[in-house]
Amino acid sequence: MTVGNPTTDAAPGATATGAAVEIDQVAVRFRTKKKDTTALRDVTLRIAPGEFVAIVGASGCGKSTLLKLVSGLLRPSSGQVRLDGEDVRGPRRDIGYVFQRAALLEWRSARRNILLQAEMRRLPKAQARARVDELIAMTGLTGFEDAYPNELSGGMQQRVALCRALLHRPPVLLMDEPFGALDALTREQMNVELRRIWRETGTTVLLVTHSIAEAVYLADRVIVMTPRPGTVAEVIDVDLPAERDYGRTMSDPVFARVTGRIRDLLGATTSAD
Amino acid sequence: MAAQSTIEQPGRTSPPDRPTPAARRPARPGAAALRFASRTWRPAAVLAAILVLWWVVTAAELVKPYLVPSPSATFDVVRAQPGYFAHHTWITTYETVLGFVIAIAVGVLSAVVMVYSPTVEKSLYPLLLFAQVIPKIAIAPLFVVWLGFGLSPKVVVAVLMAFFPIVISTVTGLKSIDPEMLQLSATMGAGPAQTFRKIRFPAALPHLFAGLKVAATMAVTGAVVGEFVGANEGLGYVILQANGNLDTPTLFAGLVVMSLLGVVLFVVVELLEHLLLPWHASRRTDATTTTM
Ligand SMILES: Nc1ncnc2c1ncn2[C@@H]1O[C@H](COP(=O)(O)OP(=O)(O)O)[C@@H](O)[C@H]1O
Ligand SMILES: [Mg+2]
Repeated sequence: MTVGNPTTDAAPGATATGAAVEIDQVAVRFRTKKKDTTALRDVTLRIAPGEFVAIVGASGCGKSTLLKLVSGLLRPSSGQVRLDGEDVRGPRRDIGYVFQRAALLEWRSARRNILLQAEMRRLPKAQARARVDELIAMTGLTGFEDAYPNELSGGMQQRVALCRALLHRPPVLLMDEPFGALDALTREQMNVELRRIWRETGTTVLLVTHSIAEAVYLADRVIVMTPRPGTVAEVIDVDLPAERDYGRTMSDPVFARVTGRIRDLLGATTSAD
Repeated sequence: MAAQSTIEQPGRTSPPDRPTPAARRPARPGAAALRFASRTWRPAAVLAAILVLWWVVTAAELVKPYLVPSPSATFDVVRAQPGYFAHHTWITTYETVLGFVIAIAVGVLSAVVMVYSPTVEKSLYPLLLFAQVIPKIAIAPLFVVWLGFGLSPKVVVAVLMAFFPIVISTVTGLKSIDPEMLQLSATMGAGPAQTFRKIRFPAALPHLFAGLKVAATMAVTGAVVGEFVGANEGLGYVILQANGNLDTPTLFAGLVVMSLLGVVLFVVVELLEHLLLPWHASRRTDATTTTM
């Protein structure tokens, strides 16, 4: 019942590897009236606790599908998904989810939108309030607690969505193109803050993004996917220092090399587009 | 503080200004009255123009007075028998409101069941459509046969009239929820009841209110149709009696009171909407740069 502490005594053997997320030879096929679509095939991944992993790939290659598998919102057609050593069988509560659209409730203020997470989980009120204050301070929302979504900029709305996703201290944070709708400047600012927040919280992050720069700046590893049916084309380690100043990182030769490599891979694999 | 608080496009710009409270609700009662006046003067002017036109047509005797009575003759009828009109207005109001409330309860409930059970939806929808397309005036006599001359047949017709827009709008509202919002709710460990109460139902309210506004006016029509078919009180009865006696001033008075009843009910629903949904987009005065 209690949330916050990710440690589990899950099935013996399953946790032997100590991975936060394990995806084992997973395939996903969607069946609709008109046709069958293979969204993912033979995907195998292992993500260590506390790791920041970015996923890039062409539109429709199954990136969102991958996150939905990890969260249990979707069941694989074949293969296995394990979260924190446990088989994922249904929607998981021990994750935080951020979508491209902030998906805020219009009738709730920023603070009460964040509190939705606590209400649904029936967390003690006082504790939840304290946590919200903490998150608001951490994400730079101070002063906007009582504003309604329509009074907030896109970046501010995403901060609220991020706070909501972090409220219960999830061991794994799933982000599906969270900054895709933001302007370039706000996006950079959010990147810097997300990097800092990740370092403060130690959460495992899976970030889907269209921006190669964003992926490389933020992640320890970047997973490059092939076009549909998606599978892992290459996993690239980002050998940048943990402390990443934005400007300095952008001009780092490692950054140039890694982004170049990803661009090559995507160019080679998305030539159909 | 109002002087300099120009609300520069709340949103979209970065860094955004701090939203002022004025963006949400008018600060002083005077401002509220002003806003009300600025909203109502146009329809009031149109209404006045119609009255003037009515008066001109009758005063110039363009139409025979026994066909169209003058406004003053019409109002005199009401002034002469205030108790009579009050009584019959009360009866129709009672039937209308009762029918409207029952229609809301039944309509919202069936909409919820239909949204959560596709099987029920598939089997209920044709029935609903059938109940809607059948002319109420044609089946109203049947209700009189079944239920007698009392209030109940009028209430039933009012319910039948008001029910359909409520069901349709509620179903639309409940279905228009962002699927990502529901997925998010699932990852929060929320059950169906919690998701409904905190997310789905509030999100459907703007649609529901659109349906309620249509339904409110339909309920009045329903009650009067019920009275036409068989009644010894209510505005429908007043109109029917006056028609039989070729008493056009009373007939017109009945019509005016009936329309007012519909308008009042509509306004009540709208006020309720303003109170309950201050957040809704249709109410936002966009990009207000207040210069006061
Ligand atoms: N619920 C669904 N039903 C049918 N097809 C789907 C569904 N969800 C995704 N797909 C298909 O699966 C493929 C991958 O989708 P998605 O994971 O959303 O891609 P991405 O996020 O990488 O753009 C797409 O071709 C999409 O049309
Ligand atoms: Mg996607």
